[in-house]
Amino acid sequence: MGAQSTGTATEPRPPSASTPPTPPPPAGRKRSAGGLAARGAPYLLILPALVATAALLAYPLLRNLVISFQNLNAFQLIQHTTEWTGFGNYTDQLTSSVFWHTTFRSVLFTAANVALIMATGTLVGLLLNRLGKRMRLFLSLALILAWAMPMVAGTTVYQWLFDSQYGVVNWGLAKLGWHSMAGFNWFGGQFSTFSVITLMIVWQSVPFVALNLYAGLTTIAAELFEAARMDGATAWRTFRSVTFPILKPFFLSTAFLEIIWVFKAFTQVYALNAGGPAGTTQTLPVYAFVEGVGNQHYGVGAAISTLTILILLALMSYYFRIILKQEDDL
Amino acid sequence: MRRSLLGRFWPNAVAVLLFVFFVFPVYWMATTAFKPDIDIISKTPDFIPFHGTFAHFDKAVHAAGFWELVRNSFTVALGAVLLSLAIALLASFALARMRFRGRKAFVLVVMVAQMAPWEVMTISVYMIVRDQDQLNSLIPLTLFYMMMVLPFTIWTLRGFIAAVPKELEESALVDGCTRTQAFIRVVFPLLAPGLMATSLFGFITAWNEFPLVLILNKQSGQTLPLWLTQFQTNFGDDWGATMAASTLFTIPVVIVFLILQRKAVGGLTAGAVKG
Repeated sequence: MGAQSTGTATEPRPPSASTPPTPPPPAGRKRSAGGLAARGAPYLLILPALVATAALLAYPLLRNLVISFQNLNAFQLIQHTTEWTGFGNYTDQLTSSVFWHTTFRSVLFTAANVALIMATGTLVGLLLNRLGKRMRLFLSLALILAWAMPMVAGTTVYQWLFDSQYGVVNWGLAKLGWHSMAGFNWFGGQFSTFSVITLMIVWQSVPFVALNLYAGLTTIAAELFEAARMDGATAWRTFRSVTFPILKPFFLSTAFLEIIWVFKAFTQVYALNAGGPAGTTQTLPVYAFVEGVGNQHYGVGAAISTLTILILLALMSYYFRIILKQEDDL
Repeated sequence: MRRSLLGRFWPNAVAVLLFVFFVFPVYWMATTAFKPDIDIISKTPDFIPFHGTFAHFDKAVHAAGFWELVRNSFTVALGAVLLSLAIALLASFALARMRFRGRKAFVLVVMVAQMAPWEVMTISVYMIVRDQDQLNSLIPLTLFYMMMVLPFTIWTLRGFIAAVPKELEESALVDGCTRTQAFIRVVFPLLAPGLMATSLFGFITAWNEFPLVLILNKQSGQTLPLWLTQFQTNFGDDWGATMAASTLFTIPVVIVFLILQRKAVGGLTAGAVKG
């Protein structure tokens, strides 16, 4: 994210992940010298972090689950009454066509974005590796600028770029001979709105993939590429047989990070067009927000949130399987 | 073996095109902010503004409550970063230097917390904050932003602490320091660059946050991202002023990013390509 910003929601990777793991503790005797205090020390040190996580993260998650079993609308909120509905909100959602349409839309949206991000990011990363030093710096600078751009500022800029009357995109398209695009309202239709959102997300996310892939490419021994060239391998063959197998963990974990990030993307979708026109560009997080906060059906919104979190959890567990396989120095 | 002229030409040509693609939105934001209205609202866009004006910046800066928003944004972001640094220093020291039961479980908690789906937790956070009568206040915002950046801070600092040679600390212990003294006098000064990088990343995250402030602080205690998304509505289609505001909002982030990008990329891939 992100430095995702990606946003900037960056992956938690220490710069020194490659340093050797801390040696195992000197067994038994030396440790017991400190006694109880020494044994308790690590727990005392992690206690504030645990308390914060419990109060500010675990509790809201639990509360979300609790609310999802309640009939909680504007009326109940003001009256401070609690009405339980059991699985009512869930059965309503799981039998509603709006929910399934939104889920399907979210999945499609995520798939399209991640495919574009990974393909473009990989090509740009490979290109970076092929460029001369000065040209590489030149392109990297552009990538970092796009990466650093805050999401919110990005949406205002894209709204301006795609403005129907004075937007530079419509002007350019008309100039290129597509005269019907002059004055085109990008935010008036489902497909065109999604196109702008997708372009913006790809623009913001490619730098992360490209720069990291380039950093990974520099760690591959040049002899391997040399050998591939000697054997007469084409560029595609070299990628398939040398680059991809070596960097497979990178590709897998990056793809999953992007899937998770795009699937839960809220700011870009909401700030650009608020899920409009007429809710046709609502993805699951936006749908939960509009139902819960916008229409003040908090219970329903919480149920949608919980279902979204379940999907994310399934994705994340897969991601962690990949990560934990790579990380032996935890 | 020399590549053909074409083989050397096309990568550079594509690089130039990509450069334009990635830079153009940023360039367009900045130039629009400096253009007089006549050039913004014109049938043919002006790509290189010759007669710049500060009128739009003037308008953005003098918008109602602008400086309060700036203050709120800085307060919340700095508060979140400092709090999370304090908590993370303790936890990351335990992770980097101590072996204890449940360590692996704690690492897992940190990694999962890093991916917390804040975007879909807004409803319950709203309810919790409302129960405490803290809507439209900066305190819950600071606390939740702290939680957003805490896992990343712990994880990154763990790496920085592990990178400080253990021998330095041990020799301090031999010289008669207590473990706390050794940490404060030996490890802490060596951590300065790491602390700097980590806190700047946390700052960017908190500075950019949008969904929570959108739901929590509707009346007051707003921050710049919320203001920016409502700018167009508040100012009517004044693109010059909107772009000026966006530029002002972006400048601190870009500066920080340019300083840090080397660390970001290196750090992120150090683990990712270990394979």
